[in-house]
Amino acid sequence: MQFFGGSSVAEIAPSPAAPPGTATGLAGNNANMLYIFNRSGVCLLYREWHRPLHTLDPQQDQKLMFGLLFSLRSFTAKMDPTSVDKGNLGVPLLPGQGCSFYSFRTNTYKLSFMECPSGIKIILVTHPKTGDMREPLRYIYNIYVEYVIKNPLYVHGSPIKCELFNTNLDQYVKTLV
Amino acid sequence: MAPLAPRTGDAIFANVERVNAELFTLTYGAIVRQLLTDLEEVEEVNKELDQMGYNIGVRLIDEFLAKSNVSRCVDFKETANVIAKVGFKMFLGVTASVTNWDAEGTTCSLVLEDNPLVDFVELPDTCQGLHYCNILSGVIRGALEMVSMKTEVAWVRDMLHGDDAYELQVKLVKQVPEEYPYKEDD
Repeated sequence: MQFFGGSSVAEIAPSPAAPPGTATGLAGNNANMLYIFNRSGVCLLYREWHRPLHTLDPQQDQKLMFGLLFSLRSFTAKMDPTSVDKGNLGVPLLPGQGCSFYSFRTNTYKLSFMECPSGIKIILVTHPKTGDMREPLRYIYNIYVEYVIKNPLYVHGSPIKCELFNTNLDQYVKTLV
Repeated sequence: MAPLAPRTGDAIFANVERVNAELFTLTYGAIVRQLLTDLEEVEEVNKELDQMGYNIGVRLIDEFLAKSNVSRCVDFKETANVIAKVGFKMFLGVTASVTNWDAEGTTCSLVLEDNPLVDFVELPDTCQGLHYCNILSGVIRGALEMVSMKTEVAWVRDMLHGDDAYELQVKLVKQVPEEYPYKEDD
């Protein structure tokens, strides 16, 4: 099972956090990437604003991301010291069941996650100094509902190819600190 | 952080975009009328309405979750209450009541006193088997399937057939948890 392809692993040097407003992607954009998955693991949307280093091809990258979050959610639910039910590790969870995992932070980026009971998962990767992203993620979910779900041409469960959604999303993300 | 989930749909109903109730009723009536002309068999129309409702339900659930901000329901009882109080209010402008719970808590009835879909409607003798509001049963089934609950929804009482209220029986068949979708390990 190969996780990282080629020799690109050696080149990742830890760099200091980019201060807000100086990201070199689309002017002023502070977010790095966004993924939206549905409950069957289909990547509905992958947007990239500032990602200088690609380690995997897109397919692998999305599978890895989905798998990571699936396992992390399961793990955090089982390790919860305040929860009453003692399910066994490996028992599949319903979306939204168990404690909800919000984000993790490394020295170079912060990954924020939101999952809805309908199985839609929204993942936003930003610079490490970002605050709590739960409200913005809810807002992005609302944008998704408005422009994708209500779009009569959209086939449910397929990747999103809606220009209006992309534009609105970009505009909103630009306003995030 | 996130706002508390409202226990009734009134607040959300006030905020969503609304259409004229008569326009909605007449449009729905025109759809059913057209289906009857196209399909002729009452059973076929019932099935088609249910299928249409299912397709609506799978999309409606995301809008419902986004606007109402409810968290995952702990059990089926809470689910039924949320559908009756928040869901129906948000989308139809009326609330339903939840009754007739069975012993295990997997079957219940949603009772609607007031149903905007059937204003001005009378069933002729040729269509006595028609479940006019069958789209609602499809919507509930579709929406619940997207939150991992397989259900069966059927009409028990129907005012157009002479009963005193609309009663939908919702039965939870099973909860389907997420499976890890990538089967192959490469």
